[in-house]
Amino acid sequence: MSGPAIRFEDVHKWYGRVHVLRGISLDVASGERVVLCGPSGSGKSTLLRCINRLETHEKGRIVVDGTELSDEPRALKAIRREVGMVFQSFNLFPHLSVLENCTLAPIRVRGLARGEAEARAMEYLARVRIPEQAGKYPAQLSGGQQQRVAIARALCMQPKIMLFDEPTSALDPEMVREVLDVMVELAESGMTMLAVTHEMGFARQVADRVVFMDQGEIVESGPPGEIFSAPRSPRLKSFLSQILHQH
Amino acid sequence: MRSSLRVRVFSAAVTLALALVLLDGLWHFFSWAIVHAIWSVPRGADGAPDTDLCRAAIGRGACWAVIGEKFRFILFGFYPHALQWRSAIVVALFVLLFALSLNPRFWRPALVAVWLAVLALVAVLMWGGVFGLEFVAADQWGGLPITLILATFGLALSFPLAILVALGRRASGLPVIRWIAVAYVELIRGVPLISLLFMASVMLPLFLPEGIDINKLLRAQLAFILFAGAYLAEVVRAGLQALPRGQQEAAAALGLSYWQATRLVVLPQALRHVIPMLVNTFIGFFKDTSLVLIIGIFDLMTTGRTATLEPRWQGFGNEVYLLLAAIYFAFCFAMARISRLLERRLNEPHLPIVEPA
Ligand SMILES: Nc1ncnc2c1ncn2[C@@H]1O[C@H](COP(=O)(O)OP(=O)(O)O)[C@@H](O)[C@H]1O
Ligand SMILES: [Mg+2]
Repeated sequence: MSGPAIRFEDVHKWYGRVHVLRGISLDVASGERVVLCGPSGSGKSTLLRCINRLETHEKGRIVVDGTELSDEPRALKAIRREVGMVFQSFNLFPHLSVLENCTLAPIRVRGLARGEAEARAMEYLARVRIPEQAGKYPAQLSGGQQQRVAIARALCMQPKIMLFDEPTSALDPEMVREVLDVMVELAESGMTMLAVTHEMGFARQVADRVVFMDQGEIVESGPPGEIFSAPRSPRLKSFLSQILHQH
Repeated sequence: MRSSLRVRVFSAAVTLALALVLLDGLWHFFSWAIVHAIWSVPRGADGAPDTDLCRAAIGRGACWAVIGEKFRFILFGFYPHALQWRSAIVVALFVLLFALSLNPRFWRPALVAVWLAVLALVAVLMWGGVFGLEFVAADQWGGLPITLILATFGLALSFPLAILVALGRRASGLPVIRWIAVAYVELIRGVPLISLLFMASVMLPLFLPEGIDINKLLRAQLAFILFAGAYLAEVVRAGLQALPRGQQEAAAALGLSYWQATRLVVLPQALRHVIPMLVNTFIGFFKDTSLVLIIGIFDLMTTGRTATLEPRWQGFGNEVYLLLAAIYFAFCFAMARISRLLERRLNEPHLPIVEPA
């Protein structure tokens, strides 16, 4: 497979009568790291959630890892196996320990033996630097630790693509760094990544490309240097000035 | 200061007065139930018990002799006298099952298998007809086994039904299933249990094909399952609604199927939220089984009432109803205990509800 990891072809989505994705076309190459930014409500989460079909699109084509998204359950299953997702609100399973959070899908979906799944979970928990918390329950961890567990949980499925939806915006400022460090490390390992984030430092450091969205459209995209230092569209300019004022 | 002293004196006086009233009541009860109670009565020339002694004591002392004479009928109804040991084993099995379920050490998936095995064993013992056990038709069953069977089978079957209905009500892509689930819950909730029982016992046979006759107990059991299922479904639905949507999404994003996500992520959390409400419904339902009285099934309540109808024992209903109350209380209290244990355990995050297999 030498096609793109993710391909959007003129994708449209409506919520009722609200047109939230208006003709999105976007290719993400295998191994590419893309940062998606834009004002709140511009459709970033919706775009991301269409990739593993947490949302359905009404028009256009989405091809992930060579498989077109449709209602066909087998294709959907194959795609979800290869696409990991990290949510803004962590969404760890509170009734399961950290280790069980990480082994649930590998055992049930990949069919790994428990021992093998646990060994793999410990490996990824070590990579996100919290192996010592394996026996705890999510409620006993800080926000930053929970988000790192969520990243490890997704990685335990050994996906080809990782999606991040504002992974640091629910965190206290002092915990943002520890999560970004893990994401930088992951980016440097060559993982295909599509991340919605307003952490411009992260974008400058690892992104191959920054995509700016507004009102359901991709307005501008390019390398982080260009996007941040030489924005062309007025919408991007005003967005950047708002972001800079906040920080 | 003065007013607070006055308040204290007043509250002490009220406490004292209440204590005196309570003590007086307790003393009267004690005097009736123990001091002046008649524990047994002599037998007349014909061998039948002579209740004159009890009659003389009415209003002054309890006549526990009625329990001694009638307890087998109250507990087992018209089940053949010589075979009542089978009914007794059934009761013992149920008690054992509940005791086992009370102990958190046994809260593991294998407990479900134990429940199924016990329920099967109960059916074999009550009916017989296999393993050399004499056949006993269901219309001869009676007393405590009937109450326990109606309640236990009712809960064991209505609970899974309730879960399916609650899930069905939320099945966004399947409007027909959602519609059926809503119609079921609203129809059953809108009708008194008594009329459901009447319908099951009188009307259902009219709709069945000629020659097919489901016995009355089974029909009542069916009515109970449907009734409890509707109420439990609403409780389960409340638990499902309390669960953040992100939980299901995270499970789906990891590749779990709908049923895997439901079984491993959604239900364990949703049911936790509603344990007190579930147990509350269970307890109400246990007591509601006594309504089968009106369609002539001899559950514990009915056998108790029937026992006091015999002319010789008329007038000793208090004693019998006290016994019935004690039995109902014992079972309901056990359920309340399970609920309390579960809740306590759930407040300690490091203790899983169910030990991993
Ligand atoms: N479940 C939903 N139902 C209706 N409208 C929605 C839903 N989710 C999002 N929207 C709307 O779609 C638009 C895009 O939302 P979203 O993708 O979450 O934006 P972003 O992530 O960029 O903030 C917003 O106008 C939002 O109000
Ligand atoms: Mg968003």
